[in-house]
Amino acid sequence: MNKRIISILMENDPGALSRVVGLFSQRGYNIESLNVAPTEDETISRLTLTTIGNDQKIEQITKNLNKIIDVIKLIELSESAYVERELMMIKVKAVGSLREEIKRSVDIFRGQIIDVTPNIYTIQLVGDNEKLTAFIRAVGEAVVLEVVRTGISGISRGDKVLSL
Amino acid sequence: MEKMSGGDLLLRALKDEGVELLFGYPGGAALHIYDAIYRQTDVRHILVRHEQAATHAADGYARVTGKVGSVLVTSGPGATNAITGIATAYMDSIPMVVISGQVPSSKIGEDAFQETDMMGVSRPIVKHSFMIQDPSEIPTVIRKAYYLAASGRPGPVVVDIPKDMTDPNNLYDYVFPEKVSIRSYTPNVKGHGGQIRKAATALLEAKKPVVYVGGGAIAAKGPELVTQLVQQLNVPITSTLMGLGAYPSSDKQFIGMLGMHGTYEANTAMHKSDLILAVGARFDDRVTNALDKFCPEAKIIHIDIDPASISKTIAAHIPIVGSVESVLTDLIKAVGQSKLSLDQDALQAWWDTINEWREKHGLYTKNRFDTSTDMIKPQEVVQAVHKVTQGKALVSTDVGQHQMFAAQYYLFDRPRHWITSGGLGTMGFGIPAAMGAQFADPEATVVCFTGEGSVQMCIQELSTCTQYKLPIKIININNQALGMVRQWQDMNYESRYAETLYEDSLPDFVKLAEAYGHVGIKVTKREELYEKLEECFAMKDRLVFMDIYVDQNEHVYPMQIPLQSVGDMMLSKTERTS
Repeated sequence: MNKRIISILMENDPGALSRVVGLFSQRGYNIESLNVAPTEDETISRLTLTTIGNDQKIEQITKNLNKIIDVIKLIELSESAYVERELMMIKVKAVGSLREEIKRSVDIFRGQIIDVTPNIYTIQLVGDNEKLTAFIRAVGEAVVLEVVRTGISGISRGDKVLSL
Repeated sequence: MEKMSGGDLLLRALKDEGVELLFGYPGGAALHIYDAIYRQTDVRHILVRHEQAATHAADGYARVTGKVGSVLVTSGPGATNAITGIATAYMDSIPMVVISGQVPSSKIGEDAFQETDMMGVSRPIVKHSFMIQDPSEIPTVIRKAYYLAASGRPGPVVVDIPKDMTDPNNLYDYVFPEKVSIRSYTPNVKGHGGQIRKAATALLEAKKPVVYVGGGAIAAKGPELVTQLVQQLNVPITSTLMGLGAYPSSDKQFIGMLGMHGTYEANTAMHKSDLILAVGARFDDRVTNALDKFCPEAKIIHIDIDPASISKTIAAHIPIVGSVESVLTDLIKAVGQSKLSLDQDALQAWWDTINEWREKHGLYTKNRFDTSTDMIKPQEVVQAVHKVTQGKALVSTDVGQHQMFAAQYYLFDRPRHWITSGGLGTMGFGIPAAMGAQFADPEATVVCFTGEGSVQMCIQELSTCTQYKLPIKIININNQALGMVRQWQDMNYESRYAETLYEDSLPDFVKLAEAYGHVGIKVTKREELYEKLEECFAMKDRLVFMDIYVDQNEHVYPMQIPLQSVGDMMLSKTERTS
């Protein structure tokens, strides 16, 4: 059982997303994260979905996704080499000596502070899933006020392309 | 170019699609469409008494003809009433298009009168669904809906039409596309050549093979090709509930239905086999019993048009995705070209063993039920109907014990004669499905096996039968209890009959039938069973409701023992397979 990433090209139509999401609840599959936006061709959306399961389960998930009429093409990204990224915006309490320390952590993790008040930093961080989680741990959960994560996006390495 | 309203575009598109019958029920949001129906004569509308019946009737029509069944309902309650029938069709992969009226697009989301999110409510039980956004797209959407419903693995498709899309004041050009293509949809029909050659080799190397067919084998030339392959190789064949009729049941190579209430010889042969050729079947829980104990020695070849059906519950050694017609054609060719041939001594030994099982506990070698009691046995009723109709009737059923007895004892020799809700198990299916069957073949003898429980779930359709003069024969196997549930209560709940008895509240079915203008006949004695059935089937142009009182204590056997193998069964109330 491990994390699997599935990339889907689907019709950019109302109802398409609900069919994909509905499949997961209907068949008892789990969605860890999901993000979706139109591609350069505005009739097509690209959806990246993270789930957990063994080979047999992932095979069933991809087969059932392929059955959805709105799904045009899909690959299991995590089957071969790929790059994953996630964007996180995090609001932390930053007062007194903590301000400097948090700033240092942001630099170490190569993040940016995108908004500041006398008591608060809003930080932006891009990286893989583990890096973002590590940052939250590094700044200490006590000072975290709000976390927004986009969920994982991914793309294959090398020549491999997911397109029509 | 001809200009017409959305309602007229719809009816014209249905006509051009070849739709003969539209089962439906009017209502506010569908009124423009109904007015368009009134203005044409090509598509015949059948007025049912409840939208559930419209879907079941379309379903029965589809099962008999192989064509797409068509349904028209209004928004809100009309749409939700259709849901059970859509789910029934979905589970059994029946091609159907359901057109639902919807509130005007400007009112969607406002909780308007009779508004229901039909797209949302039906989503998990449809192959696909469309909502009309612009009236001019109606002909194209209808073309796509019928294409999707009928191709690949068939299934129901919903087309939701907001009322303003059919406004008679707005006119549009009628353009009916000759062909439609959907870029994301390419139903895979041809099987992989390498896999088919592998399958031929495995089949010919087998010593104890069994062919296991399901509902998918009924499609297209499936029955013909299954019969050809099975007879050419002289191998045993079993069928799921859904596959009955794909191979002649009265032929000696047919070893009966398999599964929960399958025959001893079919279930035992599966369990002991070394090769299973599954054709258009889906290894569902009513067949496999406990997955970890399933057919331990068998190599499995699985042919199905839906890749998601393969290795879903039982892993296939040789999966083949493709239509039954194309794969079997290629498989028969590959078997013919192979240098291998079946080991005839092994095959003979396999048949000898199977025939011993047949002799020992088979349903058809001698009666396995006791006919020395006063009460008529339900099995006898099915046997008698089979005899009187010479096994040629179109048979629909409801759900429960009577359904299993019908499957076991009405030996189907032809495909598309068996109309039963297999996957969903929908009580109330019987009468409306029989109506659809009678519309599909007005000359045919149509029998509906039902029980006093199920029949009351769509009894209002007796009125539809009056209106359209449908001479179906309803065989109500009346045991005055919800028999299948009661059987489970006998077996697993020490005969505590929680809510399975009616406390003398059953209607007089003879009077009820008569109230609708039909004939009702009550039978309580064994001696009069044949005679009354002859009388019933002699009334060619009348609906006859046969209310036949049977032994309440009869159970359906064999019955697989839960959590055990395919071959572990109760053979009677006291006998268990070792």
